[in-house]
Amino acid sequence: MTRYIRHAACFCALLLVALLVNATRIQVFQARSYDDNPANRRTAIARYGQPRGDILVGDAPVTGSKDTDGRLRYERTYPKGPLYAPVTGFASQIYGTTFLEHAEDDLLSGTDPMLSAFPLWNDLTRRQNPGGNVVTTIDPAAQRAAYAGLAGRKGAVAAVEPSTGRILALVSSPSYDPQVLSGNDAAVERSWARLNADPDKPMLNRAVRQTYPPGSTFKVVTLAAALDAGVVTDVDEATDSPDPYTLPGTTTSLTNEATGCEDAPIRAAFMWSCNTVFARLGVRVGVSDMATTAARFGFNDTGLGIPYSVAESTFDVSVDKAQLALSSIGQYNTRATPLQMAMVSAAVANGGQIRPPYLVERTTRSGGATVSTAGSRPVRQAMHPATAVRLKELMEEVVTEGTGTNAAIPGAIVGGKTGTAQHGVDNSGTPYAWFISWAQGERDLEPKVAVAVVVEDAEADRGEISGGGDAAPIARAVMEAVLTD
Amino acid sequence: MTKAGTTVVRADPPAPAVRLPRRRGIELALIVVAVLLSVYGYCAVGLARHGTVPPGAAGYGAGLGVLALVAHLAVRYRAPYADPLLLPIGVLLNGLGLVLIYRLDLETPGDRAAPTQLVWSTVGVALFIVTALFLRDFRVLQRYSYVCVAAALALLVLPIAFPAVNGARIWIRIAGFSIQPGEFAKVLLAVFFAAYLAANRNALAYAGRRIWWLQLPTGRVLGPIVAIWLLSVVVLVLERDLGTSLLFFGLFVVLLYVATGRTGWIAVGLLLASLGAVAVGWLEPHVHSRVQDWLHPFATIEAGQGPNQLSQSLFAFAAGGTMGTGLGLGHSILIGFAAKSDFILATAGEELGLAGLSAIFLLYGLLVERGYRAGLSLRDPFGRLLAVGLASIVALQVFVIAGGVTGLIPLTGMAMPFLAQGGSSVVTNWAIVALLIRVSDSARSQFDGEVAA
Repeated sequence: MTRYIRHAACFCALLLVALLVNATRIQVFQARSYDDNPANRRTAIARYGQPRGDILVGDAPVTGSKDTDGRLRYERTYPKGPLYAPVTGFASQIYGTTFLEHAEDDLLSGTDPMLSAFPLWNDLTRRQNPGGNVVTTIDPAAQRAAYAGLAGRKGAVAAVEPSTGRILALVSSPSYDPQVLSGNDAAVERSWARLNADPDKPMLNRAVRQTYPPGSTFKVVTLAAALDAGVVTDVDEATDSPDPYTLPGTTTSLTNEATGCEDAPIRAAFMWSCNTVFARLGVRVGVSDMATTAARFGFNDTGLGIPYSVAESTFDVSVDKAQLALSSIGQYNTRATPLQMAMVSAAVANGGQIRPPYLVERTTRSGGATVSTAGSRPVRQAMHPATAVRLKELMEEVVTEGTGTNAAIPGAIVGGKTGTAQHGVDNSGTPYAWFISWAQGERDLEPKVAVAVVVEDAEADRGEISGGGDAAPIARAVMEAVLTD
Repeated sequence: MTKAGTTVVRADPPAPAVRLPRRRGIELALIVVAVLLSVYGYCAVGLARHGTVPPGAAGYGAGLGVLALVAHLAVRYRAPYADPLLLPIGVLLNGLGLVLIYRLDLETPGDRAAPTQLVWSTVGVALFIVTALFLRDFRVLQRYSYVCVAAALALLVLPIAFPAVNGARIWIRIAGFSIQPGEFAKVLLAVFFAAYLAANRNALAYAGRRIWWLQLPTGRVLGPIVAIWLLSVVVLVLERDLGTSLLFFGLFVVLLYVATGRTGWIAVGLLLASLGAVAVGWLEPHVHSRVQDWLHPFATIEAGQGPNQLSQSLFAFAAGGTMGTGLGLGHSILIGFAAKSDFILATAGEELGLAGLSAIFLLYGLLVERGYRAGLSLRDPFGRLLAVGLASIVALQVFVIAGGVTGLIPLTGMAMPFLAQGGSSVVTNWAIVALLIRVSDSARSQFDGEVAA
């Protein structure tokens, strides 16, 4: 019997070996693929197992963490949620992340290898780095001024520093509180459903993710193209412009809000925003030169990231002359984000140079040591410097005596351009009020801020909507906030 | 080893002062280590989860320590020659199981299983002590083999009168306690198989009918035992307790092989087992889905229904990797239902890693090996078969459940000996260790007697 007992013992030993081999297979050789399975919630648990790093505006965090002691433990809080929602986005256990929360997720959640001093050692010890911080370029005073200026009306504000491309304000209205999407209980799902069903689309980032017809503010681009191409050499020379202007090849006639546009010189036409003059000017410049200049300003660029992606602003290049005429006054298929129009204004203010806009000044470890900085951005020449000087002068006149007087700031040099954009079928929608501008303080060597404001106000009477009336005061408030800093 | 030992004894003329080492001191030292390891694990959970040593640590340690110490004294008093490894292994596995259940209790504040488990462990150790104190000679059991089989069958049939729980009809509920009688039945059945096969060993050698190459024993000898075995398996299948029926099948085949030495039995056993498995897997939807899960553990994920228990278990093992996440720091609770019972090993795998899991497997391996060794040292066939049977129960049970939760074989619900939540299981396993202690004591004291003579 001894022999058979030994055989049976060997059989048991075989079972033991099978168990050990199989455990090794799972825990060593296939562990990685099991860990990476999307249905494995451990990654999410680890991710929410520690407080997320903060997003800072100025020196103060605009985000926080709440320990819920639940499975996905730390929830994001947003002390000033609606104000900074277009900057921060949300970080939700259920719905993921957006905007800066998304673009800087690795850093904020602590998984970025840049955060650890000894990456290999951390791999071995499974130590998780605390989340890093993201310091934004936002100027809190400018952000507050823009948000207060919109006062809940539908619209957006983008402000940049012309010489660097730093984004100083990014506001979308109406906004929402990202905190209602933190966590993973039923209330979050209800909030999500409610926000998505809201006809005002509060989660839409109108400053960078929504394009509008830029209307008359696009005349800055048209004029830059005309000056660069030599189509206009003297802005005080009378133009040969009919009023109304019959679009080439059609019977449609284009009219003006302003009077005295017939044969008006460019200076006056820009000041009073004559559609007829600029529509004809665009046709004279031609689609090729118009498109080149628009592209230099940043139109038709699909790759802009600040670091999160910005919607493409468009200038249609396959157009006939009538369409080109309309495109040149910011209608037809011409569409721009508020950020794009702030860049247009900034290019004028900055001697024709454009610095790509950015939102992240630097990133740090939780202790404060710098991980990376924005550094200097490459320069793109949007127009000839002389053209910029000319445009600057004209934009100043818009504010001093033209349609943009509401933007004037005592003791500062301010340039601007109003716009009232038609939209909808047969232009039936309430027009969008635009204002783009820049400002230079008395003691400043160069313009400190360029702003674009769009107000899509459904409340006001159609006649009252105008860039000068609705949008310019908001722009002024933002510029003042930056200049008095 | 046994043979070598025997030869040594016969080669040397017995010296009057020579005594076989009893090694009770080693047993005590190992028990202290086992208790300290368990308390350490308990503290580690508390430190990892709350940053403080859990308030109950001292009480828990004292409780486990006193239980182990009393058991040790009982062994020292009544089974002084017993194998010194058996009791410490039982204490360590039981203590570790309590730590793991306590750890999982932290995730389910509404459902605390550790206190109940501690009560059942106490009952188990009490049974161990009673067995050690009052069962002077295990051969007594041979006389009661028919009582055993009657009791086993009664216990197996009993749950049919009670409602099914989670598809299986294997529990009876009395006064808030639920008991799984099948757990006790397996020890009783092992006693019966051992007694019957030992008694009819010679008769089994008589050739009966011959089928192809297989020389069957006569039906008169084989008949009763096959009938008993078939009956219990059928009952279990009716109760949807496939793990236990597989265990009984394996136990029967192993004992039959050891008793008769005919390799043919293994072939027949494997053939029957495969036929039965295929048939059951084909016909029985519950089992069919288990087989499907085993073949395609991630099918439910691909179907968009989220991970099933097996894939959650595999995730847990994988998350542990080589070194584990550390006690209290894993997420095996994601397995959900049965995380504390059938799937307790996944927690061990995740939090202790391959290193800890291998250690646990080796502890079981050692326990089984010690059982076999006791069997080898004995001369009387009943004792040998009993030791082999008890050790095989542990080995098969560990393989079936550990293989199931690690995806090696289809999953069948079973309790990991000592580790898993389950009162009947803990009590039964303490009974198994008690019987092995008794058998090993006889095995080693017989040589002492020889030396003394």
